[in-house]
Amino acid sequence: MASITLDTVGKIYPGGTRAVGDVSIDIADGEFIVLVGPSGCGKSTLLRMIAGLESISEGTVRIGDRVVNDVEPADRDIAMVFQNYALYPHMSVRDNLAYGLKNRRTPRAEIDRRVAEAAVILQIGPYLDRKPRALSGGQRQRVAMGRAIVREPAAFLFDEPLSNLDAKLRVTMRLEIKELQRRLRTTSIYVTHDQLEAMTLADRLVVLNAGRIEQIGTPLEVYRKPASTFVAGFIGSPAMNLISRRAVPHLPVAAQAGTIGIRPEDLSVAPDGPIEMEVLAVEELGAQRLVHGQTGGERLTVAMPSDAPLSDRLRLSYRLGSLHLFHPETGRRID
Amino acid sequence: MIENRPGLTLLAHLVLMAGVAIVALPVWVAFVASTHTATDFMSGTIPVWPGPHLVENYARMLDAGVSTSGTPPVGTMMLNSLVMALLIACGKIAISITSAFAIVYFRFPLRQLAFWCIFITLMLPVEVRIVPTFQVVADLGLLNSYAGLSIPLIASATATFLFRQVFLTIPDELTEAARIDGAGPMKFFRDILLPLSRTNIAALFVILFIYGWNQYLWPLLITTSSDYYTVVAGIKRMADAVDGLPQWHLVMATAMLAMLPPVAVVIGMQRLFVKGLVETEK
Repeated sequence: MASITLDTVGKIYPGGTRAVGDVSIDIADGEFIVLVGPSGCGKSTLLRMIAGLESISEGTVRIGDRVVNDVEPADRDIAMVFQNYALYPHMSVRDNLAYGLKNRRTPRAEIDRRVAEAAVILQIGPYLDRKPRALSGGQRQRVAMGRAIVREPAAFLFDEPLSNLDAKLRVTMRLEIKELQRRLRTTSIYVTHDQLEAMTLADRLVVLNAGRIEQIGTPLEVYRKPASTFVAGFIGSPAMNLISRRAVPHLPVAAQAGTIGIRPEDLSVAPDGPIEMEVLAVEELGAQRLVHGQTGGERLTVAMPSDAPLSDRLRLSYRLGSLHLFHPETGRRID
Repeated sequence: MIENRPGLTLLAHLVLMAGVAIVALPVWVAFVASTHTATDFMSGTIPVWPGPHLVENYARMLDAGVSTSGTPPVGTMMLNSLVMALLIACGKIAISITSAFAIVYFRFPLRQLAFWCIFITLMLPVEVRIVPTFQVVADLGLLNSYAGLSIPLIASATATFLFRQVFLTIPDELTEAARIDGAGPMKFFRDILLPLSRTNIAALFVILFIYGWNQYLWPLLITTSSDYYTVVAGIKRMADAVDGLPQWHLVMATAMLAMLPPVAVVIGMQRLFVKGLVETEK
């Protein structure tokens, strides 16, 4: 149990490529933080720097009160769950769980107690004597989490732990991770590129782009008030419509706005609406329907009930106060 | 490829049988020869079926050897061969697995240079460097010793590369997980790398044991005392009868005996051997 503080952390690879720059985050004890961003945004690098698997080029990382920049991963009091599970293939599940504790010279009885406890929490009791190769993907993932739990670390680090699972299992495991974290109250940092996973798991989201923080906030804050066009386009599914102001000249918005963002679910069909859209394609999702079209040369997506009337041209209105305005050059939010 | 045509099946079997015949016929002739007396084989017609002297010939070779050619009993020579083959196989594996470990997992200065130095030794097998190597071994006083028989043959670039490839297939995450689990380099080597390369070690052992057992030129060169004769080189000495005809029945009996340990190793380690060569999942 500990807080984690990143202070202007940066990573420059030999050769001068900058992967991460100027990242400062204060993570409270017991908080669930999700680092989210597209591939190549530096989120994994950042996590690996916290874990100690990558050296820290700039700034300081603190776990609790201790600066850990030059501390070996094993001595940082963290546990990591990897995307491909990274279980030791030649050891039984029990030995996989116990290995880290054995290296730490934990007494035999204590190891047995913790392994048994983790096995109960994760329901992997029946598999304790099997080899990882005899387990399914979901079971392996549980063992990987078990290996983290038995360590009773100050923080869990998750590196896209659900990416190798199929869609359905991903949803159930997501929930399990959330419940587990809530129960154990261990500070957790979770890396994912899946914005839905990020939204559902996080106490606070950290949206990263090109190695820099775009926004930090609770999922709802980020969803309701995206700080930049990047965050606006990345968080939320279907993605927010980002249209140039010139495409809808008659909308009453502030003069300095360059880009207007409207979420597809904030648009609705109205006979006297201010926006006219030419329909190009329709996607049926069951509960709702996504209508893709264009207006003034810009793409636009509308989410509507699946029983709403359709035609080639639709007039649309938007929910009051649902417009997001962004600066034309910096792309930052204007309030 | 799965075909279901009787003609092709027949052809395939014929090809396989021809192959077996080509390999097995000389062995059979050697075996038959080893069960006859010396004169039977010199008569001009080669017997096709085993004769009645099997026990007699083999017992003589194991017990006394051929005194006229100055070779010790086959038992002694086989023991020498066994010691040499085991030293070579184990030494090669020990050296190459540790050097591969160093090359793959450590970032030390001149790492590339070390790698290329090992690589270059591929171009210098014993046969090429035999005179200087002999000089070195002689100066070290290692003639007529097990160390002299095995040490010059132990360095192995091929085995180092094999282990390098094996280590490269082990995912980085496994190394990182071990680091987080508090396993230092040597612990990682012992607890993770060695068990994971178990089948490869076994496969390599089979190959290297046979390589060591079949060494001919080097043992012939550096052993002058019959106490250190190896069986493969010993056969040659027996066949070189200076004053008289070679005693083929005894030479063949020795050859048959010399074949047994490699065969035993291959059969005994067959399953691991095949697994080590084909297994890719780590």
